[in-house]
Amino acid sequence: MTMEKRILTARFGKIDPLSIDDYIANGGYKALAAAVKMEAGSIIDEIETSKLRGRGGAAFPTFIKLKALVGEKEKTRYIVCNADEGEPGNFKDRHLMEQDPHQMLEGMIISAYVTQAQKGYIYIRGEYDKSMAIVKKALAQAREKGYLGKNILDTGFDFDIEVRSGAGAYVCGEEFALIESLEGKAGRSRPKPPFPTNAGVFLKPTMLNNVETFANIPHILEMGGAEYAKIGTESSKGTKLVSISGNAANRGVFEVPFGVSLKDAIEKLGGGVADGRQLKMVQLSGASGPILPADKIDIPIDFDHDIGAGAIILMDERTDIVDVLVRHAEFFEHESCGKCTPCREGNLHLVRILRKVQAGSATASELKAAENLADAMINTSLCGLGQSAPVPLATALASFGDQIRDSLAQTETKENA
Amino acid sequence: MSVLQKILNQNPKTEDYLIETLLSLQEAKDEPYITEEEIADIAEHYGISPTRVSSVASFYTLLSLRPRGKHIVQVCRDVPCYLNGSENILEAIKKNLGCDKGETTDDGLFTLEETSCLGNCDGSPTMRIGEETYTNLDTKKVETILAKYREAK
Amino acid sequence: MVELKINNKPIKAEKGQTILEVARDNNIDIPTLCYYPDLDIHSECRVCVVEDDWGNLVTACSTEVRDGMEVKTNTPRVLESRRIVTELMLANHDTNCTMCEKNLHCELQRIASNLGIKENRFGSVWEKKEIDDHNPSVVRNPNRCVKCGRCIEVCKEVQGINVIDYMNRSHETSVEPTYGRYLSYEDCTFCGQCSSVCPVAAITEKDETDRVWEALHDEKKHVVVQVAPAVRVSLGEEMGQKPGSIVTEQMVAALKKLGFDRVFDTDFTADLTIIEEGHELIERVTEGGALPMMTSCCPGWISYVEQNYPDLIDNLSTCKSPQQMFGALAKTYYAEKEGIDPKDLFVVSMMPCTAKKFEASREEMSVTGEDPDVDVVLTTRELGRMIRQMGIDFDKLEKTPFDNPFGITTGAAAIFGATGGVMEAALRTVSEVVNKKPLEKLDFETVRGMDGIKEAEVELGGNKVKVAVAHTLSQARKVVEDVKAGKSEYAFIEVMACPGGCIGGGGQPYGTTNAIREERIRSTYQVDSTMKLRKSHENPVIDQLYKEYLEKPLGHKSHKLLHTHYTKRN
Repeated sequence: MTMEKRILTARFGKIDPLSIDDYIANGGYKALAAAVKMEAGSIIDEIETSKLRGRGGAAFPTFIKLKALVGEKEKTRYIVCNADEGEPGNFKDRHLMEQDPHQMLEGMIISAYVTQAQKGYIYIRGEYDKSMAIVKKALAQAREKGYLGKNILDTGFDFDIEVRSGAGAYVCGEEFALIESLEGKAGRSRPKPPFPTNAGVFLKPTMLNNVETFANIPHILEMGGAEYAKIGTESSKGTKLVSISGNAANRGVFEVPFGVSLKDAIEKLGGGVADGRQLKMVQLSGASGPILPADKIDIPIDFDHDIGAGAIILMDERTDIVDVLVRHAEFFEHESCGKCTPCREGNLHLVRILRKVQAGSATASELKAAENLADAMINTSLCGLGQSAPVPLATALASFGDQIRDSLAQTETKENA
Repeated sequence: MSVLQKILNQNPKTEDYLIETLLSLQEAKDEPYITEEEIADIAEHYGISPTRVSSVASFYTLLSLRPRGKHIVQVCRDVPCYLNGSENILEAIKKNLGCDKGETTDDGLFTLEETSCLGNCDGSPTMRIGEETYTNLDTKKVETILAKYREAK
Repeated sequence: MVELKINNKPIKAEKGQTILEVARDNNIDIPTLCYYPDLDIHSECRVCVVEDDWGNLVTACSTEVRDGMEVKTNTPRVLESRRIVTELMLANHDTNCTMCEKNLHCELQRIASNLGIKENRFGSVWEKKEIDDHNPSVVRNPNRCVKCGRCIEVCKEVQGINVIDYMNRSHETSVEPTYGRYLSYEDCTFCGQCSSVCPVAAITEKDETDRVWEALHDEKKHVVVQVAPAVRVSLGEEMGQKPGSIVTEQMVAALKKLGFDRVFDTDFTADLTIIEEGHELIERVTEGGALPMMTSCCPGWISYVEQNYPDLIDNLSTCKSPQQMFGALAKTYYAEKEGIDPKDLFVVSMMPCTAKKFEASREEMSVTGEDPDVDVVLTTRELGRMIRQMGIDFDKLEKTPFDNPFGITTGAAAIFGATGGVMEAALRTVSEVVNKKPLEKLDFETVRGMDGIKEAEVELGGNKVKVAVAHTLSQARKVVEDVKAGKSEYAFIEVMACPGGCIGGGGQPYGTTNAIREERIRSTYQVDSTMKLRKSHENPVIDQLYKEYLEKPLGHKSHKLLHTHYTKRN
């Protein structure tokens, strides 16, 4: 008896992802057929009752976005699916697109019906060549069957979706950087408010959500929001696709109801640590998530406990926390868009100081500077990248502070000033 | 009609398709990078300044304004791959190609780059060459894969 | 109406106002860097963070006030964040302030000083970069750039040109022209708007005060200066007076104190330009010629046409600008009259404009073919520098009039500095010449003011003729696209590249906003209204000049000295 609850992943391995007929034969597009017979308000009520929260990491209540678009005076509207999946340790969206692409499409079409949006974009990262090919085919099939295009299911409502390509920038997973990229520009975020639901693509109202979030919508309509809300915890309803990687014995995507134990997931689904080694640390959500020591994993998998986008990265006894911090810092430094001061300049200094810690030549005051810098970046950065880049460092100092401080240089030098 | 003109005609003549145009152009060329002349032509097509085109081309990792080898070998360097021995793979590739990261082989066939997470952590260590992502790499697999590209030329 | 508190002080504000706007309305100081009035808000520098009642740090420039909001602008958290953000900028900056042209006038210095920063906990990551000093007008120094984006915003949104932009990503981000190039004649118009908004010294006008000092101190040289109409309503502000102060005669006194042998008024050749250009327009309309005719006194606009609309070059008036007409006359007519060898004559021009430096260096702007007609152009900012270097107490100067013969001018010339001024001046002359009767009303209000494109209709010889005025190159583009498409309904178009016209030029005092431009414009029309002569064709010295030297408008001598040609560039 598995601890998984396979709703979104139910069809994985059972259907040909390139066959829309398989999808339909296995319950696909039923929710859409039902939705177009409902009032938009009723659909929003179901989503609200379900308490669906975004699955890309930010966990924002989805019904609020639907409501916001409906309430806008501007009639030109967009539905955007964020398939940029650049957060290290995450690959669930790739699996969703490669193994059951129509779920996400159905969720987008239902959202478009509710909000009367005319155009949808699926922004897929440039490196996901296979996903792009499969999703493009799925779109063509959906058009052929009348689920996309003009007069969908004889309702008089027109909506079509286009695949757009990223070009290698993690920051384009951030909603406004993504929108800038859709507009053919560099991925530099915008100040919020206004939010995308008010002024998004070409400054028009835009509902922007993760692949997994859209994939949940048809299932919520089918089972009803109340039934969906029975799964999970008070704060986090439904299931979560988790991506287990790192030193795990079984690396892969698993679907669990919110609330199950992280420890159980690691042992039963991830198979524990490979090659009989010992677990030393686990990082949740991705590179911007907290790093937990092995004795702190007896927690539920939910948003209150920082599962975020769902990555679970296992690190065994061979891993040096500082090596990991340096690698993460180098990642953020490379991926920062460069627009705002704290992130553009701050990430470089975090790299420099952490490399010195790694080499054993950092002083206590340099480490203090990094701590203060981490605070400032979290508090003042323009977007989520700068705000969460210092998170691994901050959590590492909390849990492994002594170990890190032991590696500092014994004498203070003024060379850093 | 030139290669660039065909690509420009593939999408609507609005500047939001700039990134798709640049990616397609690179893909269609023997050497995957954008020249100054191409920047000027693309700018004129969309009615924007060449500086705007350069600004976009210089921002994204997959786009290059500098000449590169025919095949870009992107080796993932992020933590999930790192935990599974990506450093060994990188060393093996460096030895095989005879060049360092950021460099192009003498025969102009390969450019070696480190890349951020490729989203294939369940198959780490990984690398991407062109439109193919290769997973569960070991030094032997790497040799076989690179040899395939050498033969194909 | 929104009720909020800032630093515990209850305040009433309008819905939609930002925290920064409300703070400034209430004399509460919040430091800013990338924010600039009238430009779009990008919220990049993060200096203006304040703390709200939800415990968040938010940027004051971009956050709207809400009912019940409680903002604190100087909590320890806020100050620490501002300090770190500033230290980060300084760690990637050439901090050799004493050798910098913006020393004591730098916005970054002011922020650092107010925060009391004495040491930087972040090691310097600044790497020396190449300075772009390859054009006559502006200098780019990336060693000082704080990536505030103001220059990009102005070039892209106000001018619609986008010759500079952010390149690369992350820490490699830099502000550059395309493909690593220098600013060049091919794509930059040298309008200098970028240099007028830069908070530091990353883009500045090319300072040529040294060359002027050298000439002034050279006993062999006879150094004359001409001053643009826009400078007299701006120099006062540069010297600490309120915006729009009219300081014509103190300005002349200051120039005399600097050591100029003669102080002349560019307004004189502005009157001359109107005579030549007015007759050129009449000739094109009656005998045939490219229409609509477009003004040619703005070198930024000329570059724009040469680069982007080379097929419309024939539509441009062939008249030189007043600056260049002056230079040509100085080195021929004036030199001959005074018995000075042109090689010993050094002509300096005081302008609100950086593009004028480029204009003076153009190959065609030399009567002899060897030496330029105008030797050096200085901006209002450089003039201010010279006055301060001499220790002159500007406010206490005794009013002095311009020298003759190039000192008698009209109100029509005085309004050249405002957008619509050239058009209005031209209409005053053209309508009287064509209709052969005096105008009832001299003021053409429809071409005045800050609207991007303005129109007027005049009766010329029984025909209704439409004219247009545009300022900023993005507005000019709209008008010129119609000309290119062959559907322009205008006979005559005035274009000024800078917002507000020359009074908003790239070389004007720092801190220019639309509100300040309007003050300068108001003063410009005030100068006109108080002058005895208000139409260029009534200028007796101009009359004399034709009788004595030029013979007639568009005559052989005029063509040689006062007209020019243009080059396709791209």
